[in-house]
Amino acid sequence: MAFLLIFFPLVMAGTAAIFPSNRWRPLFLPLTAIPQIFFTILILFIPELSVTNSWLVLDSLGKIVLLLANTLFFFCSLYAVPYLQYRKERDNRVFSACMTAFAGTVSLVTCSQHLALMWVAIEATTLVTAPLIYFNRNRLCIEAMWKYLLISSVGIALALLGTFFLAYSSMHGGQEATLFYVTLLKNAPHLSKTWLHLSFVLLFIGYGTKMGLAPMHTWKPDSYGESPGIIGAILAGGLTSCAFLALLRIYHICRVAGEFAYMSKILLFMGLISMATAAFFMINQRDLKRMLAYSSIEHMGILTIGLGIGTPALFGTLLHIIANGLTKGVLFLSVGNIHRAFGSKNIDQVRGALRLMPVSGALFLISFLAITGSPPFVPFVSIFSILNGAFEAGKYTTAGLFLIFLLLVFIGMGAPILKALQGSSPVPDKEKMIYRDTFASYLPIIGLMILVFLFGVYIPSPLSELLNDAVGYLGGQP
Amino acid sequence: MTNLINSLLVLILALNLFALGSSRIQSIIHTAAIQGVLLGFLPLLVHSHLNLSLLFASLTAIMIKGVLIPHMMSRALRNVQIKLEVEPLIGLMPSLMLGAIATTFALLFTNQMPLVAEHTGKLIVPAAISTMLTGFILLTTRFKALTQVIGYLILENGIYIFGILLMGAMPMVIEMGVLLDVFVAIFVSCIIIGKINKSFSTMDTRMLSSLKE
Repeated sequence: MAFLLIFFPLVMAGTAAIFPSNRWRPLFLPLTAIPQIFFTILILFIPELSVTNSWLVLDSLGKIVLLLANTLFFFCSLYAVPYLQYRKERDNRVFSACMTAFAGTVSLVTCSQHLALMWVAIEATTLVTAPLIYFNRNRLCIEAMWKYLLISSVGIALALLGTFFLAYSSMHGGQEATLFYVTLLKNAPHLSKTWLHLSFVLLFIGYGTKMGLAPMHTWKPDSYGESPGIIGAILAGGLTSCAFLALLRIYHICRVAGEFAYMSKILLFMGLISMATAAFFMINQRDLKRMLAYSSIEHMGILTIGLGIGTPALFGTLLHIIANGLTKGVLFLSVGNIHRAFGSKNIDQVRGALRLMPVSGALFLISFLAITGSPPFVPFVSIFSILNGAFEAGKYTTAGLFLIFLLLVFIGMGAPILKALQGSSPVPDKEKMIYRDTFASYLPIIGLMILVFLFGVYIPSPLSELLNDAVGYLGGQP
Repeated sequence: MTNLINSLLVLILALNLFALGSSRIQSIIHTAAIQGVLLGFLPLLVHSHLNLSLLFASLTAIMIKGVLIPHMMSRALRNVQIKLEVEPLIGLMPSLMLGAIATTFALLFTNQMPLVAEHTGKLIVPAAISTMLTGFILLTTRFKALTQVIGYLILENGIYIFGILLMGAMPMVIEMGVLLDVFVAIFVSCIIIGKINKSFSTMDTRMLSSLKE
């Protein structure tokens, strides 16, 4: 089954790359995404399918990220068809092929039980997403793509060294040199501490760069800002979650090795720094997409803090992967529509979006409320659960700072977004607008929004079982 | 055998310094290429039991790091018609000094770290760390996009050296996957360099500064 999840999108991507018609090529995206979401549901419900061989096993941690990424991919692919039709003057060969291939690389990341294979897969996600940033073909895109590729690749290179150190720590601990996740977990108490500590730091920096934690976040505002909204959704929801999964794996190993206290300090500190950086750069931010990039940095910080708090916050943290991913999808897709309608993403030009784009504007407003942690949406539930965990673990300083940063972000994000949404629009004649909301361009966003709302009110039992399984897996052997 | 391995590693260390001390981009590419070839032979020496898969992995590494990637870089260099890395952030002499300091640091670091008994006499760990640091120095102090990519390649070379210690942990398929990733990363970078040159008429990354707060 894992082979199907990995190779089906890759084959479709290859076919899309040689498919001649620019007009029909975007259809490859939903044609990949619909079977892909079907396979995902199948593998989630039939446990026998999740084991392919010793390298490819979909465990409960992988399941969460796979489910999120493919749900997001499904809605984005539906959105992509009208979007690419609207941009029909542009060649979408690279776009369609790379985005389809992305789904395959994500499957490989989530199924990998060998940490070096996982590294290969994560580097592959970087490589297939880099050309996507270039879709608008201007100088700013080139700059963003260059920074993204260079910073991510160097970060990821450090993660490879960290992975090697992990194998060496096993070797020095008198075990065989191995990078199999389950073997490492089994041998964790015997791993050589010095190498394990170094390995954790390198892997944290490496995959943290990929997640966009401050201060390794500099590529993020640039690439999210210059790429189409749909790519922002894929990066902020899917790619960062894959990197977080990698962090979860090393976290798990260190936890079982009895190194929680050592990690906790680093995780909490870096998480809080990320939240603070995001809150600071949101002040006076005039660019809506860059604003969302900082929000992504903030939420990566929240996830990291969740790990740092430990067992009481794990459920909330894992739920927050899904909460953040889905809400980021709504935010980026709706801001993409607004960007096209106004021909700008700067709040000096974007005014009265609610009046001009009632549906996309409203979705943007609601998802802003959701991502900043307002009830009754799912980020509220997950953030509240993390905060609760912080109090339960007795980490009052962390909890206090966490609350302050959340409030600062709410204010910093709220002011420009409300400015963009309210008031009268500078475009005088509604009929002359080049781009308007269409049914096809907002239906996928509404679909995502419904999930954000639904999970906020009620988490279906298969999902909560999956999350509890994963918490048990992570905390099972303390 | 240890002597042979160590002399090969010393050669690799010397190449690091050579890369830091030269301003012609083409000769930095050549240096990285020679380093790639030497690296390819290293696993054959370290693992005394020769088998087909090891030989195949070595040959592929040599082909990719010693031939394909340098060829791709030279072509990118010809297209942009820039030969020299003029005015780096720090001069060539200071870069060399920094390289020497990095090598010393790598040796000191290795002394601090607990090593498996069979690795203690070999220079593999310090060579790996020093090569990585060289890559970092190139990445951070040079402004030409292509030189930065060479820096990335040398950084990867350093990590590869460390990986030789753990052959057992890295099945060949994954080894190939890592090589493929590095190759594609540099391939995409070379394409971007072409685009940078077309849009900005330069390879200087200082020109890429429109995006900031």
